[in-house]
Amino acid sequence: MQEETSGTIKKFMFVNRRAPYGTVYALEALEVALISAAFDQDISMVFLDDGVYELVKGQQTKAIDVKNFSPAYRALEGYDIEKLYVDADSLAARGLTEDNLLVPAQVLSAAQMAELMDQQDVVIGF
Amino acid sequence: MLHIVNKSPYEKNALESCLRFGRDGSAVLLIEDGVYAVTRGNIAEPKIKAALGQMKIYALRPDLEARGMQDAVFEGVQLVDYGGFVDLVTGHTAVQSWL
Repeated sequence: MQEETSGTIKKFMFVNRRAPYGTVYALEALEVALISAAFDQDISMVFLDDGVYELVKGQQTKAIDVKNFSPAYRALEGYDIEKLYVDADSLAARGLTEDNLLVPAQVLSAAQMAELMDQQDVVIGF
Repeated sequence: MLHIVNKSPYEKNALESCLRFGRDGSAVLLIEDGVYAVTRGNIAEPKIKAALGQMKIYALRPDLEARGMQDAVFEGVQLVDYGGFVDLVTGHTAVQSWL
């Protein structure tokens, strides 16, 4: 028997606004995004404010004894999560550039980001 | 006094308050998300640099490495490992954590 919702694809956006490791938000967002993708939804991952720190290259967590989940951002493509967006102002405010990111992502202005947010069916913040 | 700050300078004003109330000769140790405050181009850089004349600023290297920021630390900041963290705690009469 088919579920009622079968075939309905909604646009989901996950808004990442926290640095990794200090709190659990970044990891939780990643897990929820992967679960959503398993339901064949249209997923966008957005990184702004301290969320841009999640994508910084060269994370080595051995000494703090916490799992380094940053390689998972590179694996998102394999789960059909290909829409990654980064806020240009948040990068600049932290002395970072696109070269510091561990995965290709589209860098957007606040206006472009706002337009993208406006197109979503569901927006979930972390 | 050893001051410890573990919050991102973009998320909380913990570091700002710490620097406001920290006296000459005291030490500030940045840990966890607090380590972003000692990276080049971050919002707290001018305040930390201004404080460097009066206070010693330390950052926990394992937390910088976890965040991929170990090569972005600006000059004047001393990096410590866990052993150095313990030495700082035992080397000061009191510790104040700015949560």
